[in-house]
Amino acid sequence: MARRGGAPEVNAGSMADIAFLLLIFFLVTTTIETDAGLDRMLPPFEPPTEEPPIIKEKNIFTVNINKDGQLLVEDELTNIKDLRKKAVAFLDNGGAPSGSPEYCSYCQGKHDPASSDNPDKAIISLKNDRETKYGTYITVQNELVGAYNELRNREAQRLYKQNFTDMEAAYLNPETPSSIRDGLKDKVKKIQDLFPQKLSEAEAAPPGTIN
Amino acid sequence: MSKFNKKKGSELPAVNTASLPDIVFMLLFFFMTVTVMKDSTIKVENTLPNASETKKLEKKDRVIYIYVGKPTPEYQKVFGTEPKIQLNDKFASVSEVGDYILQERAKKAQELQNVLTTALKVDKNANMGLISDIKQELRKVNALKINYTTYEGDAFNNLNN
Repeated sequence: MARRGGAPEVNAGSMADIAFLLLIFFLVTTTIETDAGLDRMLPPFEPPTEEPPIIKEKNIFTVNINKDGQLLVEDELTNIKDLRKKAVAFLDNGGAPSGSPEYCSYCQGKHDPASSDNPDKAIISLKNDRETKYGTYITVQNELVGAYNELRNREAQRLYKQNFTDMEAAYLNPETPSSIRDGLKDKVKKIQDLFPQKLSEAEAAPPGTIN
Repeated sequence: MSKFNKKKGSELPAVNTASLPDIVFMLLFFFMTVTVMKDSTIKVENTLPNASETKKLEKKDRVIYIYVGKPTPEYQKVFGTEPKIQLNDKFASVSEVGDYILQERAKKAQELQNVLTTALKVDKNANMGLISDIKQELRKVNALKINYTTYEGDAFNNLNN
């Protein structure tokens, strides 16, 4: 069409490059970041007629949070920074005498008979006020999950020379090849059974009842 | 040099690439329209708390979101400053949470309906009373797997204000 000697055509060759640039920009920026958070399971809703199982007082680790964010751990006013240490000591105690079926062979705690028998029996009971700030609650949850992770990591290091949190992340990641994932499944399960997360949450108390 | 001095007459016409931009633009528009950036505008203040022991929330199609927080300034005249629940695009009361979960669950594919997670995106200044009520509602509709969505960070920063 363009006649020789006429005005040259505008070079549109770079148009594609510009469009590609835009395309890549959108492709990259719209990958939505994955959210992260604390996973929890709620207890199933069951009629209150059922008889609750009898649990020994020493196997319960009570944590109360009042509306000002103060902690009452095992009836002692506690700084939130000490919570993890106390929870680890409680879970890892292994108070059952050696030789009994409940004896905890891998516990490295004090084996104090007045504290929890073994990690399987140990229950953390968390109670909060209705006016407790959510941020405080998450901090407490984080510390308690942290206590479990700390112990699980220790066991995973001992048994498999690996951190439990890494193993679990790899296991849950859908991009991990299934051959590796199958291998991890048993290990993750085993560590979870050594320190099962038993975190009981009471319904929030009406304001003013936890002091 | 004569190699490059081709005779004008016998020159092969260049492949016409003029339509290439159109094709690429078409792709561009496709991606621009298909990628959903956010499903709902958040009408509540939503500063999530920090936590360090987090797990990633994989697979977006298995998550139902619930937002809780103080209404943003533009909605405060109507809805006040007390923390509210936001489901999809509108404010809701606690009693609507159960229905919402059932509705959302029904929308998902059959095989996903048992593996859904409820992500609670709660402002760190909200009160636990409201959260407890939501949790009760979730228990009633058997949506037991929940995730307290947080930012990655030091959990003790939550205590500062």
